[in-house]
Amino acid sequence: MKLRIFVTLKPGVLDPQGRAIHHALGSLGFEGVQDVRAGKLIELEVADDTTDDAIDGMCRQLLANTVIENYRVERA
Amino acid sequence: MKAAVLVFPGSNCDRDLAVAIEAVTGRAPAMVWHAETSLPDGVDLVAVPGGFSYGDYLRSGAIAARSPVMRAVVEAAGRGVSVLGVCNGFQVLTEAGLLPGALMRNQRLTFVCRDAHLTVGNASSAFTRGYAPGERITIPVAHHDGNYFADDATLDRLEGEDRVAFRYADTVNGSRRDIAGILNERGNVLGMMPHPERRIEAAHGGTDGRRLFEGLVEAVAA
Repeated sequence: MKLRIFVTLKPGVLDPQGRAIHHALGSLGFEGVQDVRAGKLIELEVADDTTDDAIDGMCRQLLANTVIENYRVERA
Repeated sequence: MKAAVLVFPGSNCDRDLAVAIEAVTGRAPAMVWHAETSLPDGVDLVAVPGGFSYGDYLRSGAIAARSPVMRAVVEAAGRGVSVLGVCNGFQVLTEAGLLPGALMRNQRLTFVCRDAHLTVGNASSAFTRGYAPGERITIPVAHHDGNYFADDATLDRLEGEDRVAFRYADTVNGSRRDIAGILNERGNVLGMMPHPERRIEAAHGGTDGRRLFEGLVEAVAA
């Protein structure tokens, strides 16, 4: 089974990288971009019988730092 | 004082820390590889060095915080052993859950390598007893991810419990409330972005970092 884990900064956490991307888009002449937030996509190939609890554990214990990040799991 | 310095793949301040500790204590620390599952018996101080442990993959300090030796460090901290994390070591301690908050990319995205002027906050811990509260000191920083973040409730708590050890006197990296170093609840774990081991003799341009190690020696002897 293939998993796609999306790790994103929590709302309210400043994202300096997103801001730099936003600024660069403006420099390229792309107007109307209101906000940019950068995150991570982590793809896992796991055994089909991997439980939701185990997946959640991987996210909470390592893949995301829940002090600053949220995560969302997509099963492909 | 018996000290141990951790060594991860990618650590690059481990030797500087060892030199500083030996200069102040007269005793060379044990260098402990990340794959070890225990610390030397009777250790008084565990120092977690700066660098780029595991290439800072995933997040700075994230992989190092899950390495075998860190289980022993968490256990030692629970027993009251002093734990000092400098720079990448601070990142490792937050990732390991020994200190609250997280260290994010510097606000201006650039690597900052220069002297930082700091104001001492808590001056009663084993690490900071050599300083006076409110004292201005100068210690160098060298980091890309030193922008301290914690939510308002956590920041209020850190301030209310006098757990901010050092603040930047001017903006260095965008850290919330100018936090440069914090203590855990019990006061035996300190994480800081500036490098005290790089300011221990006159040839370094000053000795403001030396008192941190001297304070630890006094605290252990007391």
